[in-house]
Amino acid sequence: MRALVWHGKQDIRSEQVPDPEIEDPKDAIIKVTSCAICGSDLHLFHNYIPAMKPGDIVGHEMMGEVVETGSAVTKLKKGERVVIPFTINCDECDQCRRGNFSLCERSNRNGELADTVFGHRTAGLFGYTHLTGGYAGGQAEYLRVPFADATHIKVPDSMTDEQALFLGDIFPTGWQAAVQADIRRTDVVAIWGAGPVGQMAIRSAILLGADKVIAIDRLPERLSMAEAAGAITINFEDESVVERLNDLTGGKGPDKCIDCVGLEAHASSHIDSMLDRVKQATMMESDRPHVLREMIYVCRGGGVLSIPGVYGGLVDKIPFGVAMNKGLTFRMGQTHVRRWTDDLTRRIDEGQIDPSFVITHTASLDEGPGMYRVFEQKQDSCIKVVLKP
Amino acid sequence: MNATSTLVTSRPDRSLTTSDRVARGLGWFSLGLGLAEIVAPGKLGKALGLEGKETLLRAYGGREIGAGVWALSDTPAPAIWSRVAGDIVDLATLAAGLKGADDTQRRNNYIALAAVAGITVVDLLTALSLTAEQSERKGETGRDYSDRSGFPGGAAKARGAADAAGQDPIPVDFKVTATEDRLEEQKKALEPA
Repeated sequence: MRALVWHGKQDIRSEQVPDPEIEDPKDAIIKVTSCAICGSDLHLFHNYIPAMKPGDIVGHEMMGEVVETGSAVTKLKKGERVVIPFTINCDECDQCRRGNFSLCERSNRNGELADTVFGHRTAGLFGYTHLTGGYAGGQAEYLRVPFADATHIKVPDSMTDEQALFLGDIFPTGWQAAVQADIRRTDVVAIWGAGPVGQMAIRSAILLGADKVIAIDRLPERLSMAEAAGAITINFEDESVVERLNDLTGGKGPDKCIDCVGLEAHASSHIDSMLDRVKQATMMESDRPHVLREMIYVCRGGGVLSIPGVYGGLVDKIPFGVAMNKGLTFRMGQTHVRRWTDDLTRRIDEGQIDPSFVITHTASLDEGPGMYRVFEQKQDSCIKVVLKP
Repeated sequence: MNATSTLVTSRPDRSLTTSDRVARGLGWFSLGLGLAEIVAPGKLGKALGLEGKETLLRAYGGREIGAGVWALSDTPAPAIWSRVAGDIVDLATLAAGLKGADDTQRRNNYIALAAVAGITVVDLLTALSLTAEQSERKGETGRDYSDRSGFPGGAAKARGAADAAGQDPIPVDFKVTATEDRLEEQKKALEPA
């Protein structure tokens, strides 16, 4: 089959690889009909996340049709359309029973490695390093789905691929970002990063009834998409984020701050972000946490910081004294995708939201590597790429 | 809206172009040369007729290392342009070293001049190619997506729609701030039996 294969920094190729096979009775194989390039794929593309190996198949946003099931699979049938969540979960371990699906204690087949690095293992993820199981990803023609009875979301016939695809990651990620900020109707919510997850977080905050939603980015196309949903926008290249947020909140600061940027914050005119860029390039720091610092500084005392943005390792100069004195609450983590998807599928089905708004580019799987460059360099007003194997 | 062939690289099935690969090679070369200039400026100076200019050579070494690190980053084009500028400075410095050089130094200096001239051509071609690839892939920027609310019923109707059915969409274990229910629960718990 064809698949997008990681070979090193900024080196992804469309290649012929062996078809996946059933390896365990709980497995299923799906024929991928649509997949997408995620912002967090760019962290792998730039080699900022450890434990990738040349030859790894990438991609963790995918959906398709079931073509084969293992002998122990009882909840899936051949021909059914499914979205596959990026977190692999067993549904049986203690963490899964609590709804903490991204912390599944069974699905990471490199659990001992994860125990060593993280202290305690987290769930297996598709196409996302050997620390999280080294499972082949879904930017491919076919995908093996472990724990298939638990790791799937059934798609109603009425829903198109474009409407359903993002149930596997960015929609529940944006939703969890808003939910874990515990958004109330009186809240001013500031969201850093108007990329795909940021766009979903903006819409989730609006659905949850936030009084004001403020989106922070520098790209006009992303800000225009944020405005379309009703967000107030701040272009951080044109104005001071801290001053504008204080102006918009009567000097109090936003109640809830959401970081949809993560470890690759743009090197702006701020000295700390320039230093981060140099330190990351010289391997003195793994992540560029400018957004974290800004959120801690500007958030209202007693406020909540929600962090769906991916961080990979070590961050420097975090003003923890400020956070402590202001009594801030930090909520973060990989998304417990399946915890939210029944509810979100219903919301799409009822017409409350249509996540396909975010798709700006569609291409074939073979064009995928080139589209990584287009997405990376934010060319042609690219916000979200969908690939059709 | 679909991607067009002008947006992707000449080999859309590969993300890394030949220029990217050459830029990385130049980055590693810069690091090696920079290290040599910092560690052994005396030997280099003596061989090239640049005796007494060890401090200058160390500074050039720092410049090379900076350019090398940058060339190995995900945005190599500016680093390769900085190498082109550095090459010109190197050529001028080597040419100045010809004055008063003995025969051996003069021969070494000519070899170095030829090598730097050659690498200048590679740097220049790579920098031009990287810049051209970037502008070729640029496409239309600042496109207006203000018609993409994502809310089929309109943005105004969407505000607060999540709990329109009267159910709180935020599970109890995801709440941070106290809710009236929880305060009530706490009050009851504190009441004497």
